Amino acid sequence: MSSLAEGEEPVVAAEKVESPWRRFTADFAESRLALAGLGLLLAILVVAVLAPVISPQNPYDLAQLDVMDSKLAPGEPSSSTGRPYLLGTDDQGRDMLSGILYGLRISLSVGIASTVLALAIGLVLGLAAAYFGGWLDTVVMRLADIQLSFPAILIALILLAVLGQGVDKIIVALVTVQWAYYARTVRSAALVERQKEYMEAARGLALPRARIVLRHLLPNCLPPLIVVATVQVAHAIALEATLSFLGLGLPITEPSLGLLIANGFQYLLSGKYWISFYPGLALLLTIVAINLVADQLRDVLNPRLRR
Amino acid sequence: MLAFTLRRFGQSLLVLVLMSLLVFLGVYAIGNPIDLLVNPQADDFERARATAALGLDQPLAKQYLTFLTHAASGDLGRSFVYNIPAIDLILQRLPATMELALVATFLAVALGIPLGLVAGLKPHSFIGRGIMAGSILGFSLPTFWVGLVLIMVFSVQLGWLPPNGRGETTLLFGVPVSFLTRDGLAHLAMPAVNLALFKLSLMIRLTRAGTREAMLQDYVKFARAKGLSSRRVIGVHVLKNILVPIVTVIGLELGSVIAFAIVTESIFAWPGTGKLLIDSINQLDRPVIVAYLMVIVAIFVAINFVVDVLYSLLDPRVRLGGAAAHA
Amino acid sequence: MTAPLLAVEGLRMHFFTKAGVVRAVDDVSFSVERGQIVGLVGESGSGKSMTGYSILGLVDPPGRIVGGRILLEGRDLATLDAESWRRLRGDRVAMIFQDPMMTLNPVLRIDTQMVEAVLAHHAVTRESALARCREALVQVGIASPDERLQAYPHHFSGGMRQRVAIAIAIVNKPDLIIADEPTTALDVTIQGQILFEMQKLCRESRTGLVWITHDLSVIAGLADHVCVMYAGRIVESGTVDEVLDRPRHPYTRGLIESVPSRNPPGRPLPQLPGMTPSLLALGAACAFRERCPRAVEACASAPVVQALGPQRSLRCVNPLP
Repeated sequence: MSSLAEGEEPVVAAEKVESPWRRFTADFAESRLALAGLGLLLAILVVAVLAPVISPQNPYDLAQLDVMDSKLAPGEPSSSTGRPYLLGTDDQGRDMLSGILYGLRISLSVGIASTVLALAIGLVLGLAAAYFGGWLDTVVMRLADIQLSFPAILIALILLAVLGQGVDKIIVALVTVQWAYYARTVRSAALVERQKEYMEAARGLALPRARIVLRHLLPNCLPPLIVVATVQVAHAIALEATLSFLGLGLPITEPSLGLLIANGFQYLLSGKYWISFYPGLALLLTIVAINLVADQLRDVLNPRLRR
Repeated sequence: MLAFTLRRFGQSLLVLVLMSLLVFLGVYAIGNPIDLLVNPQADDFERARATAALGLDQPLAKQYLTFLTHAASGDLGRSFVYNIPAIDLILQRLPATMELALVATFLAVALGIPLGLVAGLKPHSFIGRGIMAGSILGFSLPTFWVGLVLIMVFSVQLGWLPPNGRGETTLLFGVPVSFLTRDGLAHLAMPAVNLALFKLSLMIRLTRAGTREAMLQDYVKFARAKGLSSRRVIGVHVLKNILVPIVTVIGLELGSVIAFAIVTESIFAWPGTGKLLIDSINQLDRPVIVAYLMVIVAIFVAINFVVDVLYSLLDPRVRLGGAAAHA
Repeated sequence: MTAPLLAVEGLRMHFFTKAGVVRAVDDVSFSVERGQIVGLVGESGSGKSMTGYSILGLVDPPGRIVGGRILLEGRDLATLDAESWRRLRGDRVAMIFQDPMMTLNPVLRIDTQMVEAVLAHHAVTRESALARCREALVQVGIASPDERLQAYPHHFSGGMRQRVAIAIAIVNKPDLIIADEPTTALDVTIQGQILFEMQKLCRESRTGLVWITHDLSVIAGLADHVCVMYAGRIVESGTVDEVLDRPRHPYTRGLIESVPSRNPPGRPLPQLPGMTPSLLALGAACAFRERCPRAVEACASAPVVQALGPQRSLRCVNPLP
């Protein structure tokens, strides 16, 4: 016997459906620290892109350098133009501010380029490993495991020792060191998704494989990937800086922040700290900004912490 | 338990052999040290003689076999630059590196776990947020820059600590260590703190995340329902659960600390294996590079092995080799 | 008449979330005598588990008890400080949870987890505590307690784990036990065994038992008294016989009728139309009226609890005859 009278319609309360983007931005904005980080990051990116336009001097154009101005403290004026060097000069008379702006550019582009490349490679390998399984899975994962069990800096050092210097070689080293994170992350996410019912449904409908992978599997693996990628950009930048500092990174013709810091290191003990300090500060701010954003992203996208 | 241990041991050996192959290929198959060691104006006869003497004219496979058999007996060639057995060179400098790495790890763990625990238990409090912000900072600061700042502040400005080198050493079980003397500690302070910073931040974040997740678990509610004091709930129930992944990380990170010591050693001119490696790379002293890699790989494999065994002791579900883990 | 073991009066517990105030427990009143088994029945989200947690003081922020009294032998628990409450928990009042896999700590041995429950409340030696634990294990039907004590939770089946959890609950001989769906995750046969044992235990030791469940058939065979909850309120309560034979609230009747075993095979199961309302949007009106076939105008204003007799109450303005 039904408890519904004849002709009566059950009333179901409708819930307001919120767009996932809205929800995401709202959650992200909860942390003011993260917002500050995002702001800082955007500012840095803008500055880096506009470096040739806004820097007072092109630090790599030897004609613009005045050796008489070398090692001036921040704020001291140039002996030729009389304009003050905001952050001082290095041992060649280069304006530190310009050097930093250009250096930021290089550091950021190398960091982002290597991350994107590593992401692409890791994504393909991870998806393939998860989807096809079998020996492909074992090989890829074993490789990733072995690589991840060794510290990035060691692998990068050895690779560079073997390959030599140059932007392309640095990127190769950085990519080699990073792809495994993406592959692993994608594979775990993909494996979990694969078990889910909607995948069975898609397979049951005999959709073409590529479509299943691209339209169904991929979007759901993205959240953890985004978090990893953001953090990795910071790592890549820091790693490249470290390698350059050790003398194995980018060549002197394309100095990144790391190299600038290395150059200034010898003057530290004599009190001319600005040659190393300010590039270091720029590096620091970049990495902190990225990490702040990445942290909040991770909290927002982590299903286990949502209660 | 025994079967598990033996199995892991076998796997470790396998990895060791594999890595030796990779190392060998990487270093011997690429690059040409002849150009460095022989006078560029030497004639072909000299070159040939040197090549033969150093065994560089043999086919690669043969070179590898020679390499492997020698390595197994501890002979990893002689340094091109110093002309003493490479392994001796490495072992001479290893205690300094290990001391630095272990002290740094100890600092990171002793400070990191309690701080992370506090941050995890009170995530929205002022102190909790402060700790997290601090850890982000520690995480983001590139090691070499921190070293720089430390030197700037403590050596140049304040003049409290010496900026480079290792202090006085005393012998502990036959191994020279410097943390037992005051001078040694003064020299050890900055490099150790520098090295520890990154890992400290990692420990804090890991402990915090683990604590936050653990506190949401049902067994915490059940423990409280039993009327256990907060101290016991956190100190026994939560801690034991989060220790498992943390121990794993500590173990694995020990390896990376040893690797990162390379940078710290360069900055503080600490006479360890890291500095040796950088110099060897620049001078193309291949046997030393190879010896370093092999020693490091051996250390890593050993660490992984120990961590695995420890893990199985801490988490009983792992012991039965997977069967019970799925119960 | 002596005071009941447990008297909950007008309990209100709310969650203060960013989305609004969730009235999880809204004016709940019932009582439990010594040795009596009271069932708290309702769908998920009816507030029954939250009532249980409130009684034990295990409500975490953003939840908070905002009104009412919880009288344990006349003593108001809601006014207690944290330490006093801690002393009561596990000793005078114990709780059993739904999923024994998650409630037993997987990395600690059973004896550790049992002995600490004793030592938290009694200053005895470990041996003496162990002896009590053994006794408790035997009481719940575990024959060789020493083996079990040395083991880890994952060595046991679900039913066994739940028995251990029950043993932990009774080891200090509490006056009151709150059981939150303890058999839902178990096989039907195990369920039957455990129900039988719980009933025996409570009768023998005069322990009060509050059994929280969504399964009416369990209550039918186990409890003396039943309270039916919906959207945070008790809509009907009385002895099990009375309520099940002659339900007055339309929701209760809907629940009874939807039990599969009461219906002849081959015919579609009767269902309650609609869904439980979100606890965020609750007004003062009767929460069931959107789904109720007997809803009238008067339902829009807060229906109060009427006493239909000793032990019998109802919250409905247009009840079944």
